[in-house]
Amino acid sequence: MKTVRVGAAQGFYGDTIEPAVATAKYGNVDYLSFDCLAELTMSILVKDQKKDESFGYTRDITTSMKALLPYVKEKGIKLLTNAGGVNPLGAQKEIIRVAKELEMDDLKVAVVTGDNIFDQMDSLLSKGVQFDHMETGESISEVQAKLMFANAYLGSMPIVEALKQGADIVVTGRTTDTAQFLAPLIYEYGWSEDDWDRLASGIFMGHLLECSAQSTGGNFSGDWDQIEGMEKIGYPIAEMSDSGDFIITKVEERGGRVSVDTVKEQMLYEIHDPSAYVTPDVTVDLTQVKLEQVGDNRVRVSGVKGNPKPDNLKVVMGYEDGYMGQVLVGYSWPDALKKARKSDEIIRQQISENGLTYDEIQTSYLGYDSIHGPLASEPSEDLNEVYLRMAVRGKTKRDVLQLNRLIPPLFLNGPPSAGGFYGNIPPRQLLGMWATLIPRELVESQVKVIVEEVGTYV
Amino acid sequence: MSKILLRDIAQARSGDKGNTVNIGLFAPSRELYEIFDQQVTAEKVKEHFQELIAGEVIRYEVPTINAYNFILTGALNGGGSRSIRIDSLGKCFGANLLRMEIEVPEDVLKISNQTVNKAGV
Repeated sequence: MKTVRVGAAQGFYGDTIEPAVATAKYGNVDYLSFDCLAELTMSILVKDQKKDESFGYTRDITTSMKALLPYVKEKGIKLLTNAGGVNPLGAQKEIIRVAKELEMDDLKVAVVTGDNIFDQMDSLLSKGVQFDHMETGESISEVQAKLMFANAYLGSMPIVEALKQGADIVVTGRTTDTAQFLAPLIYEYGWSEDDWDRLASGIFMGHLLECSAQSTGGNFSGDWDQIEGMEKIGYPIAEMSDSGDFIITKVEERGGRVSVDTVKEQMLYEIHDPSAYVTPDVTVDLTQVKLEQVGDNRVRVSGVKGNPKPDNLKVVMGYEDGYMGQVLVGYSWPDALKKARKSDEIIRQQISENGLTYDEIQTSYLGYDSIHGPLASEPSEDLNEVYLRMAVRGKTKRDVLQLNRLIPPLFLNGPPSAGGFYGNIPPRQLLGMWATLIPRELVESQVKVIVEEVGTYV
Repeated sequence: MSKILLRDIAQARSGDKGNTVNIGLFAPSRELYEIFDQQVTAEKVKEHFQELIAGEVIRYEVPTINAYNFILTGALNGGGSRSIRIDSLGKCFGANLLRMEIEVPEDVLKISNQTVNKAGV
């Protein structure tokens, strides 16, 4: 019986590529699928493209392609990635450049475009698309003037089309995290567009793989300290059957653990209603899913159900929403927390006396409550050290930079034994996210698949 | 009845989507899953997180894996790229939920301890 083997390559922009190289080397996979785009990533890429318009894709594509392209040739593995971000054509160009540098030929690199609707906002609005916020119902007019990007989430179909055209590598922009994983199954098994249970199984497989080691023992809340080989953790591999049932495993050469406990934590990760996980390809129902340990580092997954795909695609837009300034300064025992609290009081008074206006001021104490906030319990003993961290939300970069100036004088003028000052932290632009819906035909009619061949490409 | 922290018996993982956080909470046995049903309700989770969340909490049940999925809205100070918090992506909300204390009958705890140990948790 035919099995399609899909390996996870990268779970985010900046993820290490070595486990994917090990999968390529030892994992006998047919495909390596990436998910490079978290919600936050799009805003990072937009900022990057503002500096240089040839960027806007995840720039680690250069190193990942250098590492993996040799296996595309040697083993016939196909690479599917949404590394294109807001500039998929730029990503395709970069992949081709790397391929030429490696003196490769006969390589087909496909790009999918059409997810980026930023330049068509006005015409889409005039066609009657409302773009109201899908959760709050607010009108787009609140943020329209400040928009920086707008991308619709595309599903698997354009990637399937690229594979049909013989692509070895497919790079896309804002496809869903799971599209790169379902696409090869539709291509290999010829699943029909309304075979909902099988499509849902492919999406769920992608969901388990798209955060790299999060299903092989990474970020595991169980007995995480017993996970072996975390320093060389392996990324998940799916062995997919035509029925839609599949096995999650990993290569023996790398560490980590594939167990029902490690897999089930990933099962609900960033899922809302488990009976209706909506993707452009299918609405997935996870409520009947069965996970079984069937061998060492082998978990069998079955029972995924699907329902029809939605009429609309999700669109995520980002808009400028002010700046964050932050400062960090450490205090030593004795009374470290007391000293840090005193400094917070001083800075807040100075903010007010200097007439600085911020929309929000947050104070936290690293080593005590910076992560758990109001849920942190008051320390029972005198802590060895505490860092004061203050963050402000302001309208302009200039506004938030004013905070930084208040810190250095504290060393001489404030509570004793301040240490660990690393200088001023640069302000960060804040981006609001606007999630909305668009009738899918308006986007899908604009989607293009362009295949370039290395060797003929000039 | 024994008072016990969720951290001693359960697994949890959290993630973000916009300004919403989800937390998967996993019971090690069916008996404890049923106890969570009464004691780890949406209302209790909302109360537990205090001012960290501005919106409502919804709970979904996934009995096949003895899990609950909690959706915490208005939970991220505007969302990952807008938040000025340190845990701007809500990765630690799962750990924070494990601070919750519940009451478990001794016999259930005994059965579950065996299950827990078998699973290596």
